Amino acid sequence: MQEAVINRAKELLADGTVNRVAGWKTGEFSFDTTPAVFTSAEELDADFVYNDFCAPNLSKYLVKESRKEGKLLVFLKPCDTYSFNQLVKEHRILRENVYVIGVECTGKVDAETVKLKGIKGITSMESDGENVTIHTLYGNKVLPKSETLGTKCATCKSKKHVAYDELIGNDGEVDEESKRFEVVEKLEAMTPDERYEFWRGELSRCIRCNACRNVCPACTCESCVFDNPDSGIAQKAAADSFEENMFHIIRAFHVTGRCTDCGECTRVCPQNIPLHLLNRKYIKDINKFYGDFQAGADTISKAPLNDYTFGDCEPSIVYSRGGNE
Amino acid sequence: MQVNENKEFRPLIVAFCCNWCSYAGADLAGTNRMNYPADVKIIRVPCSCRVNPMFILRAFQRGADGVIMCGCHPGDCHYTSGNYFARRRMTLLFSMLDFLGIEKERTRVEWVSAAEGAKFAATMNEFVETVTKLGENKRLEDLRCKKQ
Repeated sequence: MQEAVINRAKELLADGTVNRVAGWKTGEFSFDTTPAVFTSAEELDADFVYNDFCAPNLSKYLVKESRKEGKLLVFLKPCDTYSFNQLVKEHRILRENVYVIGVECTGKVDAETVKLKGIKGITSMESDGENVTIHTLYGNKVLPKSETLGTKCATCKSKKHVAYDELIGNDGEVDEESKRFEVVEKLEAMTPDERYEFWRGELSRCIRCNACRNVCPACTCESCVFDNPDSGIAQKAAADSFEENMFHIIRAFHVTGRCTDCGECTRVCPQNIPLHLLNRKYIKDINKFYGDFQAGADTISKAPLNDYTFGDCEPSIVYSRGGNE
Repeated sequence: MQVNENKEFRPLIVAFCCNWCSYAGADLAGTNRMNYPADVKIIRVPCSCRVNPMFILRAFQRGADGVIMCGCHPGDCHYTSGNYFARRRMTLLFSMLDFLGIEKERTRVEWVSAAEGAKFAATMNEFVETVTKLGENKRLEDLRCKKQ
């Protein structure tokens, strides 16, 4: 797969279709890939990787890259194409400056998932598509790949590319049976007190590093409400539980109806806060109240919060729904 | 001199009222001498759609125990469609507050027209009673903003 991807990139560079390539290269560790832009065949040979560790979503980088001179080649996994579509819809990416190659994805390995299994001192990881070999300071370990997937891949919603100029590998299908709302439903079934305790436990770990905001493909405002020096909440750790709550409610609310559920927020969180649950709660509510909607599935539909119908449910639906929902 | 000898809990309620319907409704309640608790502090907004979810959180931060938003009845918006958008926004926000375990009874949306002074007073009475029963807002408070 990696070879096919590099060869195609070289071809497109050579015939002048594009002058840059956005892809992944190995970071500090072999399992820690980082987004990179390549400009020559030599650089591609030296650094380019596409393997089971290439989880970063490249679509957000196109906001700036597509405004530079010349055309850019970008490799997008199925879930990334949703973010890409959403950004094209919002006129954030100049579509004509981007050449998209959809690459097949079978789920990406996440080092955090492995670490949570109690495996310490990881020095490197290899994947053959079925099993993942983990080299640690204390010896080697082999785990089936399905057990090492990151949260976003374990509950993958779609393996179908929704935007591309060409494909390498096979195109998949939308997973209608996806269990992505399972944890949200579990939380909804709790009592408000239990939910409150759960979220205090999670959100109190927040260090306000803003990584979730910075990585989010839906968060592309030029100036952000959280950078406003007059707001009292800019560029500093949350001072108390209120600020933690507010930051996360507002962060999730600002992407409501535009969040494609790519799961990057949770993947980059250094404190392992399940931030995607907040986004998924909004997605679940939108699906329930205003009909099924998948952000980024196309570039023409109206976002739920930019739209209304006369017969929308009243906000009182939140109080009247029974049980602990 | 001692002020506030009465230690009985009185909630602080912030009501966002749209200029065209609910604020006029509140006016009517006043001119008709209808009683509603003085705990309700009205903030006039041009349209219910003007209410940013952040306003609601900010009200809680500054010590509100309950926040109610009043607007024109759906279909009667002075700007044609503002309250339809507000309705979707608030539904989602309140659902999220509930998801985080914050008492859902502390937030409410009510449609009050300019002719419904009686409804305005009744709504406020009822809302203040509900929030008084819930007591102080502990789950969404900013300690630094608390009055000592």
